[in-house]
Amino acid sequence: MGSAPAGAGGVLSSSQEDGQQGKAVGSLVTVYIMGKAYEVPAEATIMGAIEYAGHQIIRGAGCREGYCGACATIYRLPGDYKIRTGLACMTMVEEGMTLAQIPSVPAEKAIYDIEKLKPNVTAIQQMYPTVFRCVACNTCTKSCPQGLQVMDYVQAAKRGDIAAVMDLSFDCVVCGLCMLRCPAEITQPLMGIMAKRLYGRYLRKESPELAERVKAVEDGAYAAEYAELMKMGREDLSKRYYARDSE
Amino acid sequence: MYPDYMAESLRKVEQSRPRRLELARKPDPVYPPMNEDERRAVLEGFHPDFEPSARRNVCVGPNKGESLTTEVADLLESHSWLRSEQVDLSKPDVETDMLIIGGGGAGCNAALVAMREHGIRSVIATKLRMGDSNSMMSQGGMQAAVSRTDSPTRHYLDAIGGGHFENKPELVRALTEDGPGVVKWLEDLGVVWDKEQDGSMKVMHGGGTSRKRMLSCRDYTGAMIMRTLMDEVRNHPDMISVKEFMPAVELIMDDAGRCAGAVLYNMDSEEFITVKAKSTVIATGGYGRLHIRGYDTTNHYGATGDGLVMAYRAGAKLMYMDSVQYHPTGVSFPEQIAGFLVTEAIRGAGGQPLNKDGELFVFPREPRDIEASAIIRECVQNGGGVPTPSGRLGVWLDSPLIDMLHGEGYTEKHFPAMYRQFIRYGIDIAKLPMLIYPSLHYQNGGIEINERCETDLPGLYVAGEASGGLHGRNRLMGNSVLDYNVFGRRAGKYASEYAKSVKLGKLSVAHLDAYEKQLADANVQTELVTPILLPSYAPKDVKKRQLVRGGNSLPGASVLQNRLHDERADA
Repeated sequence: MGSAPAGAGGVLSSSQEDGQQGKAVGSLVTVYIMGKAYEVPAEATIMGAIEYAGHQIIRGAGCREGYCGACATIYRLPGDYKIRTGLACMTMVEEGMTLAQIPSVPAEKAIYDIEKLKPNVTAIQQMYPTVFRCVACNTCTKSCPQGLQVMDYVQAAKRGDIAAVMDLSFDCVVCGLCMLRCPAEITQPLMGIMAKRLYGRYLRKESPELAERVKAVEDGAYAAEYAELMKMGREDLSKRYYARDSE
Repeated sequence: MYPDYMAESLRKVEQSRPRRLELARKPDPVYPPMNEDERRAVLEGFHPDFEPSARRNVCVGPNKGESLTTEVADLLESHSWLRSEQVDLSKPDVETDMLIIGGGGAGCNAALVAMREHGIRSVIATKLRMGDSNSMMSQGGMQAAVSRTDSPTRHYLDAIGGGHFENKPELVRALTEDGPGVVKWLEDLGVVWDKEQDGSMKVMHGGGTSRKRMLSCRDYTGAMIMRTLMDEVRNHPDMISVKEFMPAVELIMDDAGRCAGAVLYNMDSEEFITVKAKSTVIATGGYGRLHIRGYDTTNHYGATGDGLVMAYRAGAKLMYMDSVQYHPTGVSFPEQIAGFLVTEAIRGAGGQPLNKDGELFVFPREPRDIEASAIIRECVQNGGGVPTPSGRLGVWLDSPLIDMLHGEGYTEKHFPAMYRQFIRYGIDIAKLPMLIYPSLHYQNGGIEINERCETDLPGLYVAGEASGGLHGRNRLMGNSVLDYNVFGRRAGKYASEYAKSVKLGKLSVAHLDAYEKQLADANVQTELVTPILLPSYAPKDVKKRQLVRGGNSLPGASVLQNRLHDERADA
C-alpha cells in the first residue's frame, strides 16, 4: 500500500512537513531578509524562504494559504525604486529581493452597535470619517495583494453605496497593506468589514423559507422524527441511509 | 503552467470532457456511488488510518490501552512545560467568569453568547491573532437544512451515515436542529450569504449530502463568518478581553476536581500568567500541523492539538482519536501551494476527479474518507496518477466543466480564492483542470463532549474541532463550520449557567505531577514537551545547529525544543 504524500522537494510551500528540506533543492537565489543575506531556493515563496533561513515565525504567519492576512510583506527588487507589497505565503522570491514582514498594522477599529446604525453614508461619516480624506491617488489599489479595486470601494463608501463596498471589498483579507500605504491615513479594510456587516444586516433580501424553518424548529416540528431516528439501531439506520433518495 | 510532459494526459481530459459534460447534465450520478461493502473495502485498503503503523496503544491517561493515531499517542505521552511547585496559584494574575482558550469561530461564538444572553464576562486567550484558525479558512460552505426540499432530520441522516453510524446521536441532533437558527444568527450579525434572486439561500451539494444544503459566501465563507464574529467581539472590550499571542499551556484545577482556569504563556515576554476562571472553554481547534503520516496539511499555522493534551493531562477522556480526515482534494501541483485546500464546492458545482487517462473512477461526491481513499487507490494501486516534477502524485479535478454547466464566468465569480490561487502560477482553472491529492485536513475525534459541551471534568467545556463524538470517524463537508457555530454558542450558554453557580475551592496543578508519575511508571522515554504551540519548518541542518533552551522540567522550555517529529525515530 503506502501512499505518496510529500514529494522530494517540499521546501517551497507553507503547508508541508519539515524534514524534506535537505533534499533535492534546485537553484538558489540571494534574498535579504530584514537586510541580511540568505541563500534560498529560487522557487520558494517568501514565507518558505524565511523558514528555510531558520527563522521561527511568530507574527507573520497565520493560515498560510492566503485567507488571513497575517503575512503582509513589503519588498524592493534590485535597481527598482518601487516599494512592492505581497502576502508572504503567496509571493515568490526573486534574486536580490530585499524584504521585511509587517508584524502588525496599527489601526483603530470603530466601536459600534450595529443595531443603531443605518446602511448609509451617515454610518461611514460617523464611524470612519477618514474615508472622506481620500485624494483618489489609487495607492491602495496598487498595494492590494488580492488585486482588489480598493480606491473604488472607498469612493463608493463616500457615496454611501454600501452594496458596492460590500461587493468590491468581499475578498479583502485585512492584511493592512493599503492602510499602511494610504497618504490620507484611511483604514480601508476596517471600513469594508463594517460595510459588509451593514449589507448583511440591512440590505439583504430576506429568505422566506429560512424564517419558516427556524420557526418550525422552535415549534418542535422535528422532535418526533428525531426521536425515531435516535432510537434506531445501526442496521436500520444504515438501511434507511442507503435507501434515501438524492436531489 | 503545467510541464510539457503532462500535455498528453491533459489532452485526454479534454477529449473525454464533452462526454462527461453530457453525463453531468443528466439527473443520474456521473459515476455509480459505492455501497456499504465497497466503502468498507476502499477504506480498509487505502485510507491512511489503516496503514499498519498508523495507530498504537497509548500507555497513560484516561484512554490508556486504547489504540490512537500514532502521532496523537506521541503527543499525549509527553512532558508538561510545568511542575506544580513552579506555579504559584495563591494570587492568580487574572480572574474572570469564563476563560475561552482559542480565538477562532467557536471561541468567539461562546464569548458573544455568554455576554449577550447571560451577562457573563470572558477572557479569550489565543495563540496567534484572534481569528488565526481553521475557521477563517473554510472555503466552500456551511451545511444547514434551510431549503424547502430539505429538513433537519434529513441532515441528521446524511451526517450520521457519513460518519459510519458512529456519531453520538444527541450531538448530531444538536448540530442539525440548531443549523437553521445559526444561519439567522449569523445573518443578523451581518454575514453576507450567497442568495438567489428572490432572496432564498443559494444551496449546493457537498460530499455525502442527499439534498443541496451548502450555504456559502463565495469561496470566502469562513473568512466572512470569522471576520464578522471578530468584529462583534471587538465591539465589546468591556465584556470580552482578548489576549493574543497568549496560548494556554496547562489547565488549572481546584481541590474538588473542577476545572478552574489555565496557565497562559506570553509568547513575547515568555512569562507565564495564571488565570482563575469559574468556567473554562477549550476551543483550540485541531492538529493538522502535526503532519500525521508525513502528509501536507490544509490547516493554519497553530493547529498543533494543544487543547487535547491539556485536557488529557487533567483527566478528560478523548473519543475517536484513531481517526484522521484527509481532504480528498489538496493541491498536488504547483509545488508552492502543495497541500493547500481545493474546496469541495468545486465538486459540488460539477467538477469531476479524473485519472491520467481522463476517465472518471469515483463518484465525485462520496463522503470525504471514501473519496480520498478512492483517489489514493487510483494512484497507488491502479497507476492512474499523474507524477509531478517533485515526485508527488495527483489526479485531475476537472474544473472547466463548471463554467460549461453554469455559464461562462461562474468559476471566477463564485470561486475567486481558488481562481486567484492558481492564476498566480499561470493556471486558469476555468480552462484547465487542477492536479490534486488528499491532504491532512481535520481531527475527526477529540475531547468527548455531550450536547451541552460538557466533558468528564466539571467546569470544562469544549467546542469545535477540539471536541470528539459529533462526526464519528468521518466529518462531512460544511459540518465543521456549522459545528463551531452551534457548539460555540452552546458552550457559551452552558458554561455561563455553570459559572453563575459554582464556588471554586483551592487551586492546583497537582495533576501535572500525577501525570508525570504515570509516564515514569509506564516507563515512557521521551524528550517531547507539549503543547507544541508552533511547528518548525527550519531545514534539518539548521535545526541541528539551533539553540535548545532549558530542560523539559523548567518553565520556559522554549518552543524551539518542542518538536514532535524531531523525537520520532523515522523523522
